[in-house]
Amino acid sequence: MNETRLLTLILVFAPLSLLSFGGGQAIVADMQHQVVDVRHWLSGPQFADLFALSRAAPGPSTLIAALIGWQVAGFGGAVVATLAIYIPSSFVVYGAVRWWHASKDSPWRGALERGLTPVAVGLVFAGALAVLEAAHVNGLQLATTALVTGLLAFSRVGIYAIMAATALVYALLQLL
Amino acid sequence: MSSEQTAHKPPVPLLDLMGVFFRVGITSFGGSTAAWLYRELVERRGWLDEDHFLTALTLAQVLPGANPVNLSIYVGSQLRGGIGGAAAALGMIGPPFCIILGLGYLYREFGSSPTVHAMLGGLAAVGVGMTLSIGLKLARKVRKVVPVLIALTLFVTVGVLHWPMIPMVIVLTPLSILLERFWGAKAAR
Repeated sequence: MNETRLLTLILVFAPLSLLSFGGGQAIVADMQHQVVDVRHWLSGPQFADLFALSRAAPGPSTLIAALIGWQVAGFGGAVVATLAIYIPSSFVVYGAVRWWHASKDSPWRGALERGLTPVAVGLVFAGALAVLEAAHVNGLQLATTALVTGLLAFSRVGIYAIMAATALVYALLQLL
Repeated sequence: MSSEQTAHKPPVPLLDLMGVFFRVGITSFGGSTAAWLYRELVERRGWLDEDHFLTALTLAQVLPGANPVNLSIYVGSQLRGGIGGAAAALGMIGPPFCIILGLGYLYREFGSSPTVHAMLGGLAAVGVGMTLSIGLKLARKVRKVVPVLIALTLFVTVGVLHWPMIPMVIVLTPLSILLERFWGAKAAR
């Protein structure tokens, strides 16, 4: 039973690893679809909670895989999911770095750089939409998202300060 | 596999390499990792020069995988080959892995509290804002018609229509690279 779950975790996360252009944001949409709609491991709001945890914690946002793995199959699940989400992409990066330095004048270098950017952009925005849908967001949350996007794009306010302030305001609103 | 910069310097000890990424892994998150690494690798230790760091950053961003982990593999493998890449990546992922499991434990214990749930709702909204600001930063580089269409197609099919992502990416990524290779560069000139 547990072996099947571990294997399924690998089958879900290893392909996503190879597709995470531009980082974890790119695969959030598909991860949410797989974990919530296809495998029924988590509910939409639960997924949104784990997403929030993964963004509030230090380290890459792809570590949401560890949280999902833990929910699905305990500590072993966390380790397996984490390895599955990092090892495939790491081999691609290692190979690409070697190739990159071996082919200094190749016209493919620029094409690769420019060609992958629009793919990453499309997936990042799709990921943002997926989390908003999974979380069943209200008006306050939409306003928070808009405000934070603006603050990060146009000011130098630190993300720690933004997170602390947001958590405090939401806790107070809940308690009042 | 050693670069020009390491040729005249003694090799960086693996433990030092791991230690730097261990520290950065603990103290930074989201988009700030690159800034921390720049300070450590370029300014404090001089392991990479600025141009080299920017190349590393670009590659780490466009290739699949989390940017900080990709950066650690790039830097580690440049300084000490494959084993260096593995050591750096392990240093980068280890501490956040433990911290996030700690948070996951707290979530299991206290996740049913309405106050905790409300705070997480706020943090999820902040997380989406972080994602959007990264998307906007990347989107500034997408200016020509065809790349914009590719980005829009992916957003609409995967994000709005919930089409499966894997076939879309497998079709559109090579298309995008080939267009840039044989048509994009000429059109830009």
